[in-house]
Formats: sequence, C-alpha cells, structure tokens
Amino acid sequence: MSVLVKNLSFSYGSHQVLHDISFNVDDGEFLSILGCNGVGKSTLFRCVLGLLDTYSGQVLINGVDTRKLPPSKMAKLVAYIPQNCSPTFNYSVEDVVLMGTTSGLNLLRSPGKKELERVEWALDKIGISHLRKRCFHHISGGERQLAVIARALVQEAKLLMLDEPTASLDFGNQILVQEQARALADEGYTIIQTTHNPEQSYMFSDKVLAIKDGRVLCHGEPQKIMTSDVISQLYGIDVDISSLYNDKVRICMPESFARFT
Amino acid sequence: MSDNIVVADREKRLLSGPAVIALLFLLLVLGILLSFTLGRYPVPLKELICIILDRIPFVNIPVFWENTQEIAVWNVRMPRILIAVLVGAALSAAGACYQGVFQNPMAAPDILGASAGAGFGAALAILVDFHSNGITVLAFAMSLVTVAMVFFISQRTKGERVMGLILAGIMVSSLFQAGTNFIKLVADPGNKLPAITYWLMGSFVGATNKELGFVIWPIMLGIIPLLLLRWRLNILTLGDDEARALGVDASRTRLVAVVCATLITAASVSVSGMIGWVGLVIPHMMRRLVGSDYRYLLPASILGGGLFLLMVDNVSRSISSTEIPIGILTAFIGAPFFLLLITRRGDS
Repeated sequence: MSVLVKNLSFSYGSHQVLHDISFNVDDGEFLSILGCNGVGKSTLFRCVLGLLDTYSGQVLINGVDTRKLPPSKMAKLVAYIPQNCSPTFNYSVEDVVLMGTTSGLNLLRSPGKKELERVEWALDKIGISHLRKRCFHHISGGERQLAVIARALVQEAKLLMLDEPTASLDFGNQILVQEQARALADEGYTIIQTTHNPEQSYMFSDKVLAIKDGRVLCHGEPQKIMTSDVISQLYGIDVDISSLYNDKVRICMPESFARFT
Repeated sequence: MSDNIVVADREKRLLSGPAVIALLFLLLVLGILLSFTLGRYPVPLKELICIILDRIPFVNIPVFWENTQEIAVWNVRMPRILIAVLVGAALSAAGACYQGVFQNPMAAPDILGASAGAGFGAALAILVDFHSNGITVLAFAMSLVTVAMVFFISQRTKGERVMGLILAGIMVSSLFQAGTNFIKLVADPGNKLPAITYWLMGSFVGATNKELGFVIWPIMLGIIPLLLLRWRLNILTLGDDEARALGVDASRTRLVAVVCATLITAASVSVSGMIGWVGLVIPHMMRRLVGSDYRYLLPASILGGGLFLLMVDNVSRSISSTEIPIGILTAFIGAPFFLLLITRRGDS
C-alpha cells in the first residue's frame, strides 16, 4: 500500500495550517511524523484519512485519489488508530475489535461467526487473547492501544495510521506498541505514525517526516533527520545528539543540561 | 462519570445476551396474560381463557360468558395492555438509541423536544375542543414538527453537530413548555385546565382499540429499522472520526437512527402523555444485564421497557379506586432506582 501526498494545503477559515506538503510512503514502509504541538500534524493526518476533505492538492493511495472514495471503500485501505479510543459505553475487548469488521458487512447485517474467527486471529497475532472478555474501560492504556491495533488488522486495511500511539503510555508499553508496529511493517503493512519522541522514531521507523510551521522541514532516513541541527530547528531548543551502539540508537541531550553538571 | 454509571463487566455476567432476551420475552408473555386477569369488572379465569382462545382462527368455543365480559377483555383491557407494552418498548428503545448516537448516557427520549412538542399539541387540542382522536393526532404532529424544528436549527449552529442538536433541543423544548403553560393560563379552569394537567401527567386511562391502531404503525415503522441497524449503533458510540474510519457514514447513520427514534417517541407520547424515566432507566438497567452491545441491548431494552411499563400500569390501575397517573409512578420508581445505580459501587 503506497501513499502519495501531492501539494497538500489546508486552512481553517482564513488560517492556513498546512502549506504545500508533499511526501510519499512506499509499500511496507514505517514513517514517523515529527513536529511540535500545533504544527498541523493532526490536520495532515485527518486529510490523509479522509476525515477532512476541504484541502487543496491530492492524497493518492495506491494511485487512487481518496477524495473520490466512499467511507466503506476507504476503510478497506486505511485503518485509524486514534490516540485515545474511548467508547461512551463499556464494551468488551472482543466487541471493540469486532467493530473493525463493519466495513465488510452489508448495511443491515451484524457480524457473525466468520467475523468472530477473524477477531480471534487478530487478538492472537497481537498477543492479547487473554484480554478477549475483559472490559475495554478496565484494561491499561497500552492494552487498549494494542486492542485498537488488533481492530485495524481485522479491518483488513494494509495502511495503518497511528496518532501519537505512545503519548500517554508508560515506558514499557511505549516500547511494546512500537515493537508491534515495527513487526507489522516488516510483515508488509504500511505504517504512518505521529510522535513526539525523536529517539523512538530513530529506533523503529524507516523514514521520518519533520514538519515545521505547516511545511515540510525535511523528509528521509532517520539518520538524516536525527541531527542536532534539524531537532533544534524543529523544537526550538539546542540539542546535542550522541550516537550509541554503533549508531543503532541516538540520544537527544538538551544543551541547557550542561548548566546543571 | 460514564465509568460509574454504565459499568457492565461481562466476566461477571450470569446469563448470556440471548438467554436474557429469551427470559425477558417469556416474562413479557406471562406479564401480558397476567394483566388480562386484573381489573375492576370480574372476569373469572376460565371465562377469560375461553374468551381469548375463541378469537384464535379455527378455534370455536361455545359461548357461555356474558357479552359485557367479552367487551371488558377485548375493548378495555386489550388496548390498554398492548398500548402500555408498545409505549414502554418504544420509549426504552428510543432512549437506548439516543444514548448511543449522541454518545451521552444521560440522553432520554425527550432530548430533542418530542415530549414538549406533544404536550403543546395536546394542550392546544384540548383548548380548541378536539375529541380524543384529535388530541392524539395533534400531539403526534406537533411532536414531529418540534423535532424537525430542532433539527433545522441545529444545522445552522456553529461548532460540533451533536452539541448543537442537544442545545437546540433544550431551547426549543423550553419554548414549547412555555407555550403549554400559556395555554394552561388561558384555559377554562373548570374543565379544560384539569384535562390538560391530567394529560401532561401521562396515563393510559381510556386507551381504545382505535388508539392502538393509530400508534402501532409509527412504532413498528421506527423500531424495525433500528433493530436492523443495531450493530452500527455500536460504531456511532466511538465518535464520528473513528466511525468514518471504520467505514460508517456517521452523520447519515445517525440521521436515520434519530428519525426512527423520534417517530416512535412521538407516537408513544401522543397516546400516553408524558411518561418520564422509562427511556433513561431501562436501557441502563439492561446494560447491566446484557452489556453495551446493541445487538443484545436494543432487543433487551424493547422487551424490558414493555414489561416494565405494563407492570407499572397494572399497579396504577389496581392500587386504589382513583387511578394514579402512570407518569407519577414511573418517576417514583425511576428516580430512586437511578440513585441506586449511581451510588452503588461499580465492581471492585
């Protein structure tokens, strides 16, 4: 599943949020989008997902202009993993995952045995079969995130879009979710995520897209983006980047930290 | 907040969804049969059973009962029993539906002004001397007009759609309530004012087969599509963005659900007057029994609502010689129950 975003611009009223954004994501690629708060990451996300359609420019998935697709067709291509999935009522994990099958169902049908089997497969694949009958409101944030990833797999879309998937998770769960996303990318799923953690994007993703003031600052291999120059520009603080374990890991150290040592 | 009110842990449930639904169905059938035996005019059980069996095609039982007994069973008790069941089922289905599509556990069938509109229509009809059918029809029509007004106003609000709809519902409701109060002010205090007041309290007194024939169609017309769409109601509880990403056109699905729920609310309010609490409490009670999944919640709410209102109506018509309006009784039962629900600890 490849994604091509061409000259995308978007305004809320007279306030232009995104300026002429272009980038592409190849089949099976894991892209992290970096940028500070309010820079338009979520807006870009919503445009690619088809939740906003008043943008100028084009979003092509496998060469098809997504603006022409109805929601049911779109759902077969792209799955959305929101930062915080919180149904108003307390469903079981199984039911939440089962909701992923809706796009494949006739308007008036409810899911049946075949759909339940797919849910079982997805829970097993993500390694959370034991949560099946638990209440969605009562499991941890990390488990919830994994359940929503399972829902995306059931949806049978090959492009997964994760909106700040690790934002509210503890350290262990952050790694768990990132490893899961990496494993799916290795299997051929295309992954796009937004994140506030440059170090994680360096460890797990294939490409990084850095956005500043609604424009593409740079786009490419993490090695190219994770430089003190780019990170400093992106977040407005001076940082030192150190490389560890033969450059498998890079650490961002704020320069102001020197004052305390 | 929602965590406390609507905790429903499947791990701890005794019966599966289908089993609860089957049980409720059985109880409802038994409840209907039981209700036929209640009433001031004495109809012994043997006569009662024969009168009912006699109406089944190809069953012929030699008539040994009095004609008045047959009239009491068919023209007085049957419409009242079936209307109570239908209205209970309708209000509770509408409540469950609104709670889901507005992602709001506190939503009740009158959230979009259906009751306020019906009340205004009924008061107006009584003021201008309509007979009983005229009151029902005008109440029904005004109820639909009110919700349509709310809907069109909400289309012009800025910001979030659902919030606009709910705010418009509150405002238009209070407008029509003011209208109703104005009618009460100018109505003849000798006979019309009591009639209006009594109608607004909600009651099934004087339910006729004609009324039954009038409400059954809009209620069926609304409840059947809701039952068919019930899986998609689940998706709407996730919010518009997620629903759309899952392949559901949220605003269109919500529109269909709201139209159906409004139709059944308007129909029930037009024959029964204002009956509060059923639409709010029964769905929450059913969530405790079958969970939040609308595949089971909606049928359970329909059966449970019908059973509940039927039983309350039985109390209302047999507890004393002057009948207590059912709207008062449902509030007496509903409010303490709801307090119990929100004060009882969920599951820890």
